[in-house]
Amino acid sequence: MKGMDTKSLGLAGLVLLVAAGLPLVSDAYLLSIGVTIAMYTCLATSWALFSGPTHYISLATAAFFGIGTYTTGIGIEHLPYWMLLPIAGVLGAVVAALVGVATLRLSGVYFVIFTLGLAELIRQIITWGQNVSGAKGIYVLTSITEEHIYWQLLGLAALVFLGGFLIWRSRLGFAVRILGDDEDVARHAGIHTARVKVLLFMIPGAVAAITGAMLAPRYVYVEPSIAFTPMLSFQVVIMALLGGTGRLWGPVVGVIPFTLLWEAISGTFPNQTTLLLGLSFLVIVYLLPRGFVGLIEGGRARMRAGGAMA
Amino acid sequence: MSAVLSLSGATKRFGGLVAVNQLEFEVAEHEVLGLIGPNGSGKSTTLNLISGALPLTAGTISLRGSRISGLPPQDIARRGVARTFQLVKLLPSMSVLENVMAGAVFGHRRRWGEEAEAQAMAMLEKVGLARRAHAPVGELTYIDTKRVELARTLAGEPKVLLLDEWLAGLNPTELEQGIALIAALRDEGRTIILVEHVMDAIRSLCDRCVVMSSGSKIAEGTTADVLQDKAVIEAYLGADEDA
Ligand SMILES: Nc1ncnc2c1ncn2[C@@H]1O[C@H](COP(=O)(O)OP(=O)(O)OP(=O)(O)O)[C@@H](O)[C@H]1O
Ligand SMILES: [Mg+2]
Repeated sequence: MKGMDTKSLGLAGLVLLVAAGLPLVSDAYLLSIGVTIAMYTCLATSWALFSGPTHYISLATAAFFGIGTYTTGIGIEHLPYWMLLPIAGVLGAVVAALVGVATLRLSGVYFVIFTLGLAELIRQIITWGQNVSGAKGIYVLTSITEEHIYWQLLGLAALVFLGGFLIWRSRLGFAVRILGDDEDVARHAGIHTARVKVLLFMIPGAVAAITGAMLAPRYVYVEPSIAFTPMLSFQVVIMALLGGTGRLWGPVVGVIPFTLLWEAISGTFPNQTTLLLGLSFLVIVYLLPRGFVGLIEGGRARMRAGGAMA
Repeated sequence: MSAVLSLSGATKRFGGLVAVNQLEFEVAEHEVLGLIGPNGSGKSTTLNLISGALPLTAGTISLRGSRISGLPPQDIARRGVARTFQLVKLLPSMSVLENVMAGAVFGHRRRWGEEAEAQAMAMLEKVGLARRAHAPVGELTYIDTKRVELARTLAGEPKVLLLDEWLAGLNPTELEQGIALIAALRDEGRTIILVEHVMDAIRSLCDRCVVMSSGSKIAEGTTADVLQDKAVIEAYLGADEDA
């Protein structure tokens, strides 16, 4: 993955600023789509920070997201809301680190399956806990409105972009690019590859957990099947791949059209969503292996070549 | 003269095959040691043991008296052992300069930012590739890919350099340039283990040689002596007859 220059970072800031104006002009329906887009922007961009260069496909998004949702759900009774977000982030990062230490030495296939299993495992533990205690779900009653959630998510997205930008210019970013290219070379060059992978995996862990914590008030009633839905993990992967993980801005380019399309599809065919999700995955992998980023940059390169010939 | 690198009883088994058998030798500071032998005699495996790519079955390897066997490759690299690979390994998504910076940023002597870039540039200068610094590595000729790999290993200022058939596959003109390049490194006083089949290169570059056959050391000594050794000649001839 290549980083951005300072100019594109400024542009990203401007886009976010414009996006922040949405609640002032839109109706409730448009705003709810805005929240969904902002949420997937956080999830898919942070997912790509790790999975893009390392090629480890993580299906743990739902696990981290659910941890965050439950942090708010359980914690809101006892602590002020603003404290729950960093707590969720720390919890997500710690779980990611544990998963990373346990699995990132293994090959990619084991990692995919382990991360998928993780969401299910945590969900089962919470369901079991609820059966023991007799409680079913949790009511999250706050005065936080849809606008607030939207702005919080935009703020988080801004942090993810800034973080990605800074990491890409750091030694950690250089290390991960090297190991993404060739792990043998990385190790023999002196890079502690396992440590680099674990550190980087903590980012989507923290971001997804904070995203979940921010969205809990929107659900009002939180139960394991909502908080830990595996669909979320798959959708994040598809959106990130659709946009392309080769650039920091890539995943957003997938998130926006996919969310809009998904909104239309799931309204029309509410019972075939899983099937359609699978199909869209196949289409993307076969037709757009490098996502929209690949298309755009390929087009640019052709234009440049054409210009040179003319 | 103290040993920079020493192997003692170094052994590697792959199932029933003993690829490296009780290998003993030392490399002195500023020495170019040739590690030679017929195909499949265990030379690359020996380099893999030294660099930590493979764990030893038995024995120890030490760098300046402290044990490095058992450490992962990244730690061995940080302590000052750098290597090239028999099949060149570059970072395909990066430019020539970035490939070399990988060594400058994470190697034995670590640098960052402009300092790392300057170091990488200096190494490219040394291997004669400075003008291609910003080219993608996919555009390079074969010898230039080898140059990039060599520059990457040099960039971290290693104490010991392991070169696995760095001269293999070059045409006669390139071979001449390649030998001159390694001769220049030798004249700088670097400590090098050179795995090589090219006899001219071995004769002109190596102070001493260790000869392996079927995993075991069959001879060791000055290059001229070793190349006249009966057992060595037989091992090479035997290998030729097999081939
Ligand atoms: N990872 C491995 N697993 C199993 N056997 C191996 C492995 N690596 C090497 N060998 C075997 O060990 C023996 C020594 O191989 P090695 O590559 O060290 O030879 P070499 O001296 O470098 O030969 P060449 O001159 O052809 O490069 C060979 O018989 C080879 O097949
Ligand atoms: Mg070999």
